[in-house]
Amino acid sequence: MNAIWDAIRWFFQSAQWSGPDGIPHRLLEHLEYSGLAFAITVVLALPLGLVLGHQRRGRLASALGFLVVGGANGARALPTLGLLTLAVTLTSSDLVPILLPLVVLAVPPVLVNTYTGVQQVEPGLRDAAEGMGMTGRQVLLKVEAPVALPLILLGLRTAAIQIVSTAAIAAFVGLGGLGRYIIDGLKRQEYATTAGGAILVILLAFAVQLCFSVLARTAVSPGLRRSASS
Amino acid sequence: MSRAALLAAADGEPLIRWDWIGRNLDEIGSLLRDHLIMSIVPVVLGLAVALPAGLACAQWRRLYAPVTAVTSALYALPAIAVFIVLIPFTGLTRTTVMIPLTLYTLSVLIPSVVDGLRSVPEHVRLSAVAMGYGPARRLATVELPIALPVVMSGLRIATVSNISLVSVGALLGQGGLGMLFTDGANRDFTTPIIVGIVLSVALALVADALLLLVQWLLTPWSRAGRGRGARAERRAAAAGHADAAPVEEAAL
Amino acid sequence: MITFEGVTKRYPDGTVAVDSLDLEIAAGSLTVLVGPSGCGKTTTLRMINRMIDATEGTVAVDGRDVRDVDPPTLRRGIGYVIQQAGLFPHRTIVDNIATVPFLLGQDKKRARGQALELMERVGLDPKLAKRYPAQLSGGQQQRVGVARALAADPPILLMDEPFSAVDPIVRTSLQDEFLRLQAEVEKTIVFVTHDIDEAVKLGNKIAVFQVGGRLAQYAAPDELLDAPADDFVRDFLGGDRGIRRLRFTQELDAEAAAAGEPASPQAAVADPTRAAER
Repeated sequence: MNAIWDAIRWFFQSAQWSGPDGIPHRLLEHLEYSGLAFAITVVLALPLGLVLGHQRRGRLASALGFLVVGGANGARALPTLGLLTLAVTLTSSDLVPILLPLVVLAVPPVLVNTYTGVQQVEPGLRDAAEGMGMTGRQVLLKVEAPVALPLILLGLRTAAIQIVSTAAIAAFVGLGGLGRYIIDGLKRQEYATTAGGAILVILLAFAVQLCFSVLARTAVSPGLRRSASS
Repeated sequence: MSRAALLAAADGEPLIRWDWIGRNLDEIGSLLRDHLIMSIVPVVLGLAVALPAGLACAQWRRLYAPVTAVTSALYALPAIAVFIVLIPFTGLTRTTVMIPLTLYTLSVLIPSVVDGLRSVPEHVRLSAVAMGYGPARRLATVELPIALPVVMSGLRIATVSNISLVSVGALLGQGGLGMLFTDGANRDFTTPIIVGIVLSVALALVADALLLLVQWLLTPWSRAGRGRGARAERRAAAAGHADAAPVEEAAL
Repeated sequence: MITFEGVTKRYPDGTVAVDSLDLEIAAGSLTVLVGPSGCGKTTTLRMINRMIDATEGTVAVDGRDVRDVDPPTLRRGIGYVIQQAGLFPHRTIVDNIATVPFLLGQDKKRARGQALELMERVGLDPKLAKRYPAQLSGGQQQRVGVARALAADPPILLMDEPFSAVDPIVRTSLQDEFLRLQAEVEKTIVFVTHDIDEAVKLGNKIAVFQVGGRLAQYAAPDELLDAPADDFVRDFLGGDRGIRRLRFTQELDAEAAAAGEPASPQAAVADPTRAAER
């Protein structure tokens, strides 16, 4: 139990709260990398998922959809640490090769959830929307996307949490952020530092989770929540 | 674990040095075995807990909300952080790695079991009641078989994810094939990293295929009538899991 | 006026959904397309607003080939109601009704005000305006579907089995109110159903389709009941044609029914199988 007290004490040392190795700076770094990786993920995966889900007719679209889902399931089998070490060993400890694996791992949940969410919108809704004179884009943005939103948000949440925790592991290959405490502490055999970092990463993951709960509550139409609960 | 063998390899220019693989086959084999144990034990433990827990949630609806809150919190926990927190209690051991993986398995499987049981159509359940099935018999012979595809898709997600997650344990010196990653990174040597990735992915795919085979053998009726059941299952899979990647190939 | 001239719909796999159809639907009339499933009635309806394009022939609205108008523009001018109502679950009732006015870029406040008026017209309590579709009963949802189709005041209304998903009692009241509404608005309505009773009750004219997409008979209800064109139509009208005839004439004119022909022997016995089918 002493170890736990050490970790708690670690938080209250003044050294922990200033300078390049201080908590505020490390947290900011962590948010920066995570935010960047998440933004790239969203830009890549969200439009692709929306468009593929919308184009469900036709052989090409269904073949692509099959590839997306199959590929995303396959991506789950990729070991994070392996990708990170490979990227860095092959290139350098620059930011880009480190962010690349984070994006590779975060794209599948966003892509699959967006794709299936849109694709599974009831055919009757799409029929009604088209029948009232919505263009393809309007059907997607005004009907399919809002109806698929709960599932899309779930995918975004999964991706965000995955990025935040993988960014901690990326400290092993030289990335800054909260993972530094974990990796440096392990290397120097200072358990308090390692545990302090671990607790911060857990808190950050919970904060992300909370953000998405709030987002789901405000962005998803109450009409969908009611039908989901009934 | 003897690192000496691994460290014997020299710094390499080619992406893969086949001779290194040949010289380290024994070591790689033992890492593979460790990897398998550390990823499968949590799945088995998780299933053993998730089945009764899921049944209880399906039985007493009030339990479901708090249990979901706990499982989705578990799902959000970064594995590496949980490893660290456990060190004072379980040390740098395999147990430390397997506990978070078990928790992760639970976070995927409990919702699967509940969703699977909920996917049993009310008319089917009622007709079983009407024909005089008792609760236990109904569960074993009617409800669980119908719930099976959804439970299996959760089991496959948990298994595949665990196999890839185990390697993070290498940061504590207990990562199965993950040891090849840290080793390769420390020496700037790609061969072990690539071997580790390939074996880890292969292991996951084989495990997934085996589970798919088990499901195929256990649900002969789904082979007869394509379409409806499979679609419902995909829907449930998409809606149910926190990371909701529905297992599409199961239906195709 | 809607005209079909030599219209055929053939799918790539060779199935013929509609087979060289010639049909003229008068403005202001309520025309019912009826027939067994797979007879092409829905395909015919959907060719009017180009949800499906004809393979051969011309579909024209007021003399203008629909293929000359781009689908969204065409559809915004034609009301459309489908079986499960197809209400948007994420929008409130009032916003569902105002969908087409919104699409046409009308002032939101005005469109919502008109939507509220429409709710009353179709027999919905305006208090439901802020609710979501999932909170309404099936019958109420169907009323919203009708109100939504009427919102932009289109001259034409297409209705694809709009009342078949609700229970018989609700269906009857929806039909009655729908007739009353049509008397007020006098739209050109094309109505698809598989229920011959509904067709006889609602239609000014009935087009009976036969499997394979062939039009078997196109006539006013009394003419159809009096003189079925062939065996298929006679079978489709069923053994209790006499009862239907009787009910129809009663509804039209009580006096005429009193003086009318005696019921046929089959008609005297209620057919239990038909009741069960529905």
